[in-house]
Amino acid sequence: MYPGGAAGRVPVLKLGEVLLVTIQGDLHDSTAEQLQQDLSETIARSGATGVVIDISGVEIVDSFLGRVLAEIAAQSALLAARTVVVGMRPAVAITLVELGLTLPGLRTALSTEQAMDLLTGPSRLGGRRQESP
Amino acid sequence: MHTAAGVEARLPIRSDMDLVWVRQHVRQAAAQLGFGLVDQTKLVTAASELARNTLVYGGGGTMESQHLVDGSSHGLRLVFSDQGPGIADVEQALSDGYTSGGGLGMGLGGARRLVHEFAIESAPGAGTTVRVTSWTGRTPRPREEH
Repeated sequence: MYPGGAAGRVPVLKLGEVLLVTIQGDLHDSTAEQLQQDLSETIARSGATGVVIDISGVEIVDSFLGRVLAEIAAQSALLAARTVVVGMRPAVAITLVELGLTLPGLRTALSTEQAMDLLTGPSRLGGRRQESP
Repeated sequence: MHTAAGVEARLPIRSDMDLVWVRQHVRQAAAQLGFGLVDQTKLVTAASELARNTLVYGGGGTMESQHLVDGSSHGLRLVFSDQGPGIADVEQALSDGYTSGGGLGMGLGGARRLVHEFAIESAPGAGTTVRVTSWTGRTPRPREEH
């Protein structure tokens, strides 16, 4: 057993039309790649229109995990689903920018609630822009 | 100058599970030496990049960690060694966007930005050794002009 490590599979939950994934602790490379594959298959099978990935329990995002997140967003988009990455820790954001990995294609939110609003709220019909009240 | 307090650990880098161990070890060592959260995160991320290079491009190797002392500052030195094919053009390998194997090309150059000191020795056929050190209570290295 690896301390804090998550070997195996990350569960994918379905909430209405949104798939919810919570990544906890330190992910093995193979687990991250498995998640990438599981998500695309689940989107295709279920017709989900959104994916929320909660990374608030992730202590570091290196270029490998960053690439996996960006690829999940890209492949979800090809399958007509939008991806929102939730809860990135400030230290992780600082480090990613310094690393040179700004992941411009990745949509983010600070909380799962905000992410669900982004994916299922009224803005969905009104186009991409979030209007302020 | 600084004094070394000895090699504290030598970890094998043979699989992606070993990468998890490397990150755990560096996180714990950095926390014990008094690194703040952001500096811990930078150092662990750099270690993860370098350990993955050792695994993917070097065919596996080791990481040694060492505790250094310089006055009131504590340093953590990490040495990644492999006996792989080596790097012919180190300068090119350090530039952003350079990749020889499907990555984002941020590994070496990105890791260098996350630590205070960075040194690399490599030659074709002679393997690669990367030494990085970060210190507590120091300002980040000056940014390079682009």
